[in-house]
Amino acid sequence: MSTTNNIAQARKLVEQLRIEAGIERIKVKTTVFCHVCVSKAAADLMSYCEQHARSDPLLVGVPTSENPFKDKKPCIIL
Amino acid sequence: MAAEKAEMDALKKECDGLRAQIEAARKAVNDNTMSGAAGGVASVGRVQLKLRKTLKGHLAKIYAMHWSADSRQMVSASQDGKLLVWDCFTGNKLVAVPLKSAWVMSVAFAPSGNLVASGGLDNICTVYNIKAASPKTLRELDAHTGYLSCCRFLSDSEIITASGDTTCCLWDLETGKQKIMFTNHIGDCMSLALSPDMNTFISGACDSLAKLWDVRDGACKQTFSGHTSDINAIAFFPSGNAVITGSDDCSCKMYDLRSDQEVIGYQDTSLNAGVTSLALSSSGRLIFAGYDDFNCHIWDSLKGEKVGVLSGHDNRVSCTGVPDDGMGVCTGSWDSFLKLWN
Repeated sequence: MSTTNNIAQARKLVEQLRIEAGIERIKVKTTVFCHVCVSKAAADLMSYCEQHARSDPLLVGVPTSENPFKDKKPCIIL
Repeated sequence: MAAEKAEMDALKKECDGLRAQIEAARKAVNDNTMSGAAGGVASVGRVQLKLRKTLKGHLAKIYAMHWSADSRQMVSASQDGKLLVWDCFTGNKLVAVPLKSAWVMSVAFAPSGNLVASGGLDNICTVYNIKAASPKTLRELDAHTGYLSCCRFLSDSEIITASGDTTCCLWDLETGKQKIMFTNHIGDCMSLALSPDMNTFISGACDSLAKLWDVRDGACKQTFSGHTSDINAIAFFPSGNAVITGSDDCSCKMYDLRSDQEVIGYQDTSLNAGVTSLALSSSGRLIFAGYDDFNCHIWDSLKGEKVGVLSGHDNRVSCTGVPDDGMGVCTGSWDSFLKLWN
């Protein structure tokens, strides 16, 4: 009984690894998962950060007058 | 007997072969590291955010929080048995939702702002309509056989849940039934995050793996390993091409989806506390990671350096969130308070 279970589990694992290795059984030809080089992936991530840096409030800071979270204290007339 | 053993051996051989193939493909593109590539990027300097508000109202540990899509309202969940919806501009409580079960572990705001969902040790994800005169239970999603660790709405009619029963699930809120089950983790699922385009989501689990799933066909597309303990927190980099994880092994990692591997790790020998939660700034450059050491540490995502800290809580930081407009960070803690920083 348990050997049948083990085989079922092993078959499931093979199926999953096939998906992750990019081998699709449905398709006619085997396609290998096309990887992007880490250097290109890193460059793209860096480029995204750079493009959006100027509009990232936590990087550039929020002017006091426009800060929605700042407590608005009542003005004191001296 | 012999036939079964032969098949087991063949399957094991195929597994080993496939694993080797996956590793070889990763190695073939491993021509640099993130920190190596970011050597020339300007440093962000010391990031010093100020505490703007402390939200008081919960009477026990806060376990979860989630920003509304309007970047103004936020919902928090505490084991005092309540969800509180806050107006973070004024600090006022807008809605209080009493929970049937006080053992809440997760809370989510629907993108429309009409619904919130929560769940925990009751194994149930309960969806509430908070626009009604008083909060009304819309659905009780009851099929997981383990605790509800995380939930996220795709819309007012679909929600994804992660559970201690090792599965994630896509539910139809019109019928209250499970549409798709995502099964592949071998440990409790602790956290999930939706991709910006909502076609995929990632889960982190106690098996120390992060998995990328196709929302529509239920398939696990990629598995990322490297952590040596439970992954408690997970988030997408805003471009959708990378994933950040936080773990009980005291480190965070960034995995790039297209090169299918870890590209940088965030750890410090002085940090000996597990990561409970994490959120990214709107450009993706800053990672706000909540730790068991009562602090939220700030990391430069590209260079892998610690660039700041949010200190002020008197107990573990259990949840962290940045609103869609990126205007601030919210931290929630076991000290029962939520703090807003920018």
